[in-house]
Amino acid sequence: MERLIQCIADNVVSPLGLDSVSNYESVKAGRSGLKRYESMGNVHTPFTLSRIDRQVVDDACSRIGLADGRYTFFEKMLLLSSVQAVRDAGIDASSDKVLFVVSTTKGNVSLLGDPAGFPSERVLLGKAARQITDFFGNPNSPLVVCNACISGVCAQIEAMRALKSGRYDYAVVMGADEQSPFIISGFLSFKAISDDFCRPFDKDRRGLNLGECAATVVLKAADSVPDDCWELVTGAIRNDANHISGPSRTGEGSYLALMETLRCCRPEDLAFVNVHGTATAYNDEMESIAIYRAGLIDVPVTGLKGYYGHTMGAAGIMESILSMYAVRDHTVLATRGFAVQGTTYPVSVSPELRVTDGRQFIKLLSGFGGCNAALLYRLNGKW
Amino acid sequence: MGQLDYVILESDRAVVSGRVLEHESSGNAMLAELYRAHIADWPKFFKMDTLSKVGFVASELLLKQLSERRCGSEEYISNRAIVLFGTTASLCADKNYQETIQDIDNYYPSPALFVYTLPNIVTGEIAIRNHYRGETSFYVVEGADAAQMAFHLSCAFADDRTESVLAGWVDSTGNDDFKSFFTLIGKDDVEGLEDKIKTILNKTNI
Repeated sequence: MERLIQCIADNVVSPLGLDSVSNYESVKAGRSGLKRYESMGNVHTPFTLSRIDRQVVDDACSRIGLADGRYTFFEKMLLLSSVQAVRDAGIDASSDKVLFVVSTTKGNVSLLGDPAGFPSERVLLGKAARQITDFFGNPNSPLVVCNACISGVCAQIEAMRALKSGRYDYAVVMGADEQSPFIISGFLSFKAISDDFCRPFDKDRRGLNLGECAATVVLKAADSVPDDCWELVTGAIRNDANHISGPSRTGEGSYLALMETLRCCRPEDLAFVNVHGTATAYNDEMESIAIYRAGLIDVPVTGLKGYYGHTMGAAGIMESILSMYAVRDHTVLATRGFAVQGTTYPVSVSPELRVTDGRQFIKLLSGFGGCNAALLYRLNGKW
Repeated sequence: MGQLDYVILESDRAVVSGRVLEHESSGNAMLAELYRAHIADWPKFFKMDTLSKVGFVASELLLKQLSERRCGSEEYISNRAIVLFGTTASLCADKNYQETIQDIDNYYPSPALFVYTLPNIVTGEIAIRNHYRGETSFYVVEGADAAQMAFHLSCAFADDRTESVLAGWVDSTGNDDFKSFFTLIGKDDVEGLEDKIKTILNKTNI
């Protein structure tokens, strides 16, 4: 019998809160973590960013007994999120039947500019991830998924496969990225950043905002998933094979990934598609094409970048978690920043909260390297 | 259960399934020499960072050895996945980029450098070259562990469109320092994959 995958615990750490519930309530109430900054380090071009208060993280870390000075800010974000999720899951994370998967794009890269007393090897993603498994006393080698902006969805897909194989019973899947001058200067050099609040899918969208977040899901392999519990049904990763930094004009990879997930559900059963929606001209246009081609033009579309910015390694995980809370609440979250339709294909996006009775959603992401990923979550049973 | 064809590409060594490729230079110059001698029709090569150059040349040499780039059904080729592993990921590109932002009097960040600070770009470069629209993944691990690689490579076939995986290890610690191997795995190769990968790894300096 094929093993099914259940999501049994979750956590989101962001400027909007240190747990999933407070994050969901904040977003539903329309609050955003985005603020305008005039500079950071050697970056002297204004940008808008969702940044986590370091003191808040340090205080929360000391409350759960994480020794100060031992971990980098990136590692602290991961630990703060995963410790809470593992506790809520009630699993023994030191078991060799538990796999740790970390999703990040740049990890401890800020140490290149300022080592802050940490050994130089900590910039290696495997070493950073080892800090997390060592904390939990887990004997397995952690897997770091480094697939640019789609990493968080890829990490969940790989964890699902690892659990289905039978080798592991649980997977702790976490994602985070720290926003430093390294990443901000890079996106500024691409002219991809807006100094104002981002406007996903809007006709006047002028670029993305970056953001900081850590998010964790704990997945369990099971023979069946009970009613009113979340099942990670399927997922797929596809490449545009078109350009390393520009989206495909036909939305090829996103279209193919969507079509794979649609083998397991009907469009009319979807509560919504939670899109990438970075608010760059190219990304949102590409997603609208992919959604149209996949026959999902009438399905509600919602994006969270107006609340969190682009949280990179955390995005696929945090946006999946917020989507789960929204479905349970019969809600399609408002796309903050959107006002006037601005893509060739008029996807069903709204600046207001909407009601839904759907019990499934697709999480869609795309990233540099031409990569795209989609996954399908289902709330089992009926209302 | 046959052995897998492979390419080993290291700073001063290029081996294709046991056959040593001759070259006069080493490091980045060797990559260009191999490109001119064996590939020569993809000028984008010269814009790539070292990690992508290594992955690109190694994948080209392997596909040439297998002489199957234009063979097989279009669907079989199009659905091919690319799954790569490494420990240092984009660290070399990261350090090069950091130099462009470290000093306020010498501050010149460029998209051409920044894009390569994502290690999965090498998977994109190979996908573009070969029109592969399957899965592309880059996994960062603590060290080259045949069991770990074999496990995650076999997981790639859980996607039932995936019939073959261009797989490998690629690390670059400096512009002239790199280690890699590439191989092509079909569904039939999953049985005993750990030993097959171990056999290749034992021939490398990884």
